[in-house]
Amino acid sequence: MNFFEDHVIGARVGIGSHTFTADAIKAFAVQFDPQPFHLDEAAAARSHFGGLVASGWHTAAICLRLLVEDRHRRQAELRRRGEAVARTGPSPGLRNLQWPRPVRAGDTIAYAHEVVELRLLADRGDVGLRVARNTGTNQKGELVYSVLTSTFIERREKQG
Amino acid sequence: MVRCYEDFSVGEVVEAGPVLVTADAIKAFAAQFDPQPMHLHGGAPDAILGGLFASGMHTVCLNMRLLVDGFLRDTSSMGSPGVDEVRYLAPVRAGDSLTMRLEVTGLRPSASRADLGFLRFTSEMRNGSGTPVLRITATLIFARREADGATGTP
Repeated sequence: MNFFEDHVIGARVGIGSHTFTADAIKAFAVQFDPQPFHLDEAAAARSHFGGLVASGWHTAAICLRLLVEDRHRRQAELRRRGEAVARTGPSPGLRNLQWPRPVRAGDTIAYAHEVVELRLLADRGDVGLRVARNTGTNQKGELVYSVLTSTFIERREKQG
Repeated sequence: MVRCYEDFSVGEVVEAGPVLVTADAIKAFAAQFDPQPMHLHGGAPDAILGGLFASGMHTVCLNMRLLVDGFLRDTSSMGSPGVDEVRYLAPVRAGDSLTMRLEVTGLRPSASRADLGFLRFTSEMRNGSGTPVLRITATLIFARREADGATGTP
């Protein structure tokens, strides 16, 4: 999984796990999502969630960090072996992001990355587009996060 | 007075901000959630997009903050089931001052739960020059006013 040609549809890899502590949930919420059910145990207990839950964007941001760290590990390994490292473009965005269940204080979320589509581009011979689904699953095996991402990845065999 | 599902209308527009994005804030977010060179210290010389710019997720999180400050406070917000689309339209740089404009695009009561409804919206963030940097289309869940008794709200 380096250059565009190395990616395979259906390939799924675990990218790491993260435990959401109450303190981290509240610290994120104070900055970016100050709603009562993310900020305060007592208010959260009275809400429909029945307890403190992480901001959905906190769940998403941790997924991003694990993806970046996973890519950096793989790139370091390529450099160590003296191999070329493919360039990747800035992300154009995210699609079909879902939070089917809340992430609660103390939950450990296992994140995974799966290639769902590989597309050559008519107007660009130097890169291809990889669509991937990133997911987060809690310790009970329940899906808590799912998102589709698109990434431009350098081709090994450049056309045009 | 808490605004409930019934109190919103399609076409309602909310504006919020500005929020100033500093270099320190860009780097601090990157160190926690997106530790790539272009967000941590300004990128590599061969980077596709040069200089320091904010993680797209950082801009999304600032949009969430303005959504809470400008729209969700004192509502019956119950969170979100998901987001249809996030588009990063232009890089956000240190010193940019971002404003958000949200428009309610749809309202529909839940088919399975009489006590809540779904609100669809599109929000767009622009920098100080008026250039759009982010667009989000998403859904929010609000409790319905009729449900007040059932939830024990005085």
